[in-house]
Amino acid sequence: MLRFQNVVFQYDSEEFNIIDGLSFAIAPGEFVSVIGPSGCGKSTIFRLINQLLPCKAGEITVGGERIDGRRGYCGYMPQRDLLFPWRTVHENLRLPMEIRGGISREEMDRRAADTLEHVGLSGWGEKRPDELSGGMRQRAAFARTLLTGSELLLLDEPFSALDFLTRISMQEWLLRQWENDHKTVLFITHDVEEAIFLSSRVLVVEQTPIRRLVSFTVPAPYPRTRACLTAPEMLSLRENLIDMLRREVTV
Amino acid sequence: MKRKNANLPAMLFLFALLILWQIGAMGMNAAYILPSPTQILVRMWELREPLLTAHLPATMLCTGIGLVISVVLGLLLAMLMDASPSAEKMLYPLIVASQTIPTTALAPLFVLWFGYTIWSKVLVTVLITFFPIAMTVFDGFRSVKTDMVDMLQTFGAGRKEIFLKLKLPAALPYFFSAIKMAIPLSVIGAAIGEWLGAQAGLGYFSRRMMTQLDGAGVFAPIVLLSVVAMLAVAAVSWLEKKLITWRGSL
Repeated sequence: MLRFQNVVFQYDSEEFNIIDGLSFAIAPGEFVSVIGPSGCGKSTIFRLINQLLPCKAGEITVGGERIDGRRGYCGYMPQRDLLFPWRTVHENLRLPMEIRGGISREEMDRRAADTLEHVGLSGWGEKRPDELSGGMRQRAAFARTLLTGSELLLLDEPFSALDFLTRISMQEWLLRQWENDHKTVLFITHDVEEAIFLSSRVLVVEQTPIRRLVSFTVPAPYPRTRACLTAPEMLSLRENLIDMLRREVTV
Repeated sequence: MKRKNANLPAMLFLFALLILWQIGAMGMNAAYILPSPTQILVRMWELREPLLTAHLPATMLCTGIGLVISVVLGLLLAMLMDASPSAEKMLYPLIVASQTIPTTALAPLFVLWFGYTIWSKVLVTVLITFFPIAMTVFDGFRSVKTDMVDMLQTFGAGRKEIFLKLKLPAALPYFFSAIKMAIPLSVIGAAIGEWLGAQAGLGYFSRRMMTQLDGAGVFAPIVLLSVVAMLAVAAVSWLEKKLITWRGSL
């Protein structure tokens, strides 16, 4: 679904390549988390995928085709929900379709209403975003991401700003969403437990500059419940990952 | 009810000031220098005919034309500076510098250029008013969060869509603030212009009363002018409340 081949990227303000010859691939329908400490460059990977930043060398393909010049091949969900306060929830959901164009008003409204129901927010469409709770806003933002119509979803620490209880219920909610529609999800987080609980595979940013991502398959079948986190092999994976990340962070 | 209570201290203070003024003016007893508030009110009533039928419309026309030109000019400048960094580098310093020009001191020159026509007054008004509009609206465009722009780009939006769907709505509250600032300024601009040379208008009328040593007559058109400006600002505030329900939550 997604493939990096010897991708190189450098920020103008830096003297080294923050991403240096990185290759990895993600299969269709996978839920993959990328973990690493803050500032390690994991968000840069996302910005390369959605072309907010240009590669210096190498190529990125989505669905077998190079992304250069293409639009709408991935849905991006940023850290903050970024719902427009002057639009109702329903109108916010319509936004990606308005921009893509070529969809009739009725069709947009129908899809927005369907997706709103799908994320459990039916009846909230006419509300303003500030009338929603943090978890509801994230669900609306997720619905907006789905409405880009892309098979590849990039979720950039979407739950990091939520309180603990809301966060774990949103994780369970996201897992059910994914178990139903099996989109390909690339999920950035710095929370090891979140990564293990959600993903089929975890990619660890071992060092900056990023030359490779270390892949761990999560030893638990879907559907999952939080109980799986206490299984011995999950606990040892968790310790493993924490150790790895700790080695990078020098306090 | 709550709002009325909130305004009460200001009202009481204003009333106290007016009473002090009244007492002071009565003590001085020199209406050609310091007319009392009641004298001004009486004079306003006596002069209602020429004030409301001839001079108020003249000033409002000048203010209106000046305001419209300022809004168009201010918006155009703001959009231009937003669209192109080189335009910003070229225009921004000039716009800021233009505000250090003492417009009032130049105004007599405008009268020489345009004569006693309305355009000398409009020019003063525009020079005073376009600046806050251009600056405030430009700030509004810049207030847009870069991650929102990024998100729209990942949806495939181009510059036009980013402007229409994000920047324009985000700048709307700024636009209203700008208009609320611009209304009193444009009224002042028009009055200054008229004061310096005109054949009608509240500023002109006030000056004529001055030559007749009619203190209350000097104040009457000015009071009328402030009342009209306050009403206009109140009307815009009302419209703003109706249109923008999301202020501050960006």
